[in-house]
Amino acid sequence: MSKERIQISEALYDIMPSDYQDLVKSATYGKEDRGWKDIGTSKELIEQHSLCAGCPESMAFRYILASLPNPEDTVMVGSTGCTSLVFPMVAVHNIHSLFGNQNAIASGLKRALSVRFPGRVKDVVVLAGDGATVDIGLDMTLQAWFRQEKFTTICFDNELYANTGGQESGLMQKGFVAKMAPVGKLFDKVRLPEIARESGCHYVVNCTVSKPSLVEKVIRNAVHVAREIGPTYLQLYTPCILEIGKNSMEGLQEMRDSEKPTERFAYKEYISEPAKQLLAELAAKDKERKAAAKQLAGQASA
Amino acid sequence: MSDYRVLPGPEHFLPPAAASMGIRLPNPGEAHINGVITSEDKAYEEAARQFLMAKVPTIFPGPLVLWAWNEKAAKKATAVRHLFNTLKECVQPGQKPMLIPMPDYRPKYPKINPEVEINPNHPNLTIWHNKIDCCMFIGVHCHQANLSLKIIRGGTACYTIAMCAQAGHEDAMLSFRDASVEKLMKLADTVKRLKGTVQPRLTSAKNGASS
Repeated sequence: MSKERIQISEALYDIMPSDYQDLVKSATYGKEDRGWKDIGTSKELIEQHSLCAGCPESMAFRYILASLPNPEDTVMVGSTGCTSLVFPMVAVHNIHSLFGNQNAIASGLKRALSVRFPGRVKDVVVLAGDGATVDIGLDMTLQAWFRQEKFTTICFDNELYANTGGQESGLMQKGFVAKMAPVGKLFDKVRLPEIARESGCHYVVNCTVSKPSLVEKVIRNAVHVAREIGPTYLQLYTPCILEIGKNSMEGLQEMRDSEKPTERFAYKEYISEPAKQLLAELAAKDKERKAAAKQLAGQASA
Repeated sequence: MSDYRVLPGPEHFLPPAAASMGIRLPNPGEAHINGVITSEDKAYEEAARQFLMAKVPTIFPGPLVLWAWNEKAAKKATAVRHLFNTLKECVQPGQKPMLIPMPDYRPKYPKINPEVEINPNHPNLTIWHNKIDCCMFIGVHCHQANLSLKIIRGGTACYTIAMCAQAGHEDAMLSFRDASVEKLMKLADTVKRLKGTVQPRLTSAKNGASS
């Protein structure tokens, strides 16, 4: 599907709410090199949302939705958590799974889409919190990776159960005291990126969402590798400013502080050999395309 | 035949599905009024009468006609617009016909703007806000239409009409089946024909949404 398929009936155009008119007029469906730089000049695929003011998760959502390479043919699978407050306002097909079974849903979905649309690229992207990915849904997460299911798993890691008041999660750092975990966590943060690598993921990144260009790069890489080779995993730090006692304006700084070289969200990347080869090929094609476009522009202006 | 009748509510918080109360769907060429199978001609008359009686008669076009996903959909959209224009021409001063879209089914609560759209997961908000006392669904996928029609029957006094492209809806007070451009045009013609013969409910104490 491309943008040509998304048209409003002319006879009823005037009664459509403006957000739908804008989606048709200026969203970046079908745009080959869409990315975070389109934010501000095109209609975003996220409408107003119900997250808290200054929530880094909302930044992450905006960057991810701007960076998906194929949004008109992408299905996102969400799970219970703050993310489920946002999905109703997202203009990409999405499914809300039961708490924890998002990777099982995505497995079936990806296989069904491959059978139903054999000639068309259909991407599946799981987006869930750390509770759904690492605690309640760890079984489904790992089994999908073991089976080499071809979709991307994104974990919004805020290191606790945020929207139920701050309970301890597997990704919480050792010693952290939360509102509903007053003793402090007694064991280390689960090392899921390493587990992902050992479980067969071909592209694994652990980072924060402080830099939109970085988020764009890792999202595109993860989706392309998942499409062609096998499972990919992104663990993105999206701190819950309320639960760690920060103000609305302090989310960005919290992420910057946590991505320093010695900190737990220092950029970490693992790429398998086949994935490296694929990404190199894609980069070469991209370079070729840009050079051709530049040449064409030069000819046009001459 | 069931004694149950599909009537304007508010029935109660969780109204039963009309099908579970023994209401059956019309066969091709038939319609139903309040759950009683009737001829299509009678249904056109009743639907037009309800539109002309209402203080705020409203058409809710759904995604299947709002989006031009094929030529037929675009043609149906034109017919919907024609029906609305006819309704506007035929009502009396004080009546306020509306055309409010249901662009998709995302549960946009609590961000819904009831002035400009209706959402199947909380259609009562749009009906309450605009004091709608008669509405027609067209181009809404069956599952979402059933959901909405039940919620409307449960919490409002609004009269519901379904112009269904499939087999009809038990949960509407009046339902056509196999909706087409021709049927929409025929309904518009009936509205035109009945113009001036129906007394609007303008002075009724309980117009539109119910508490």
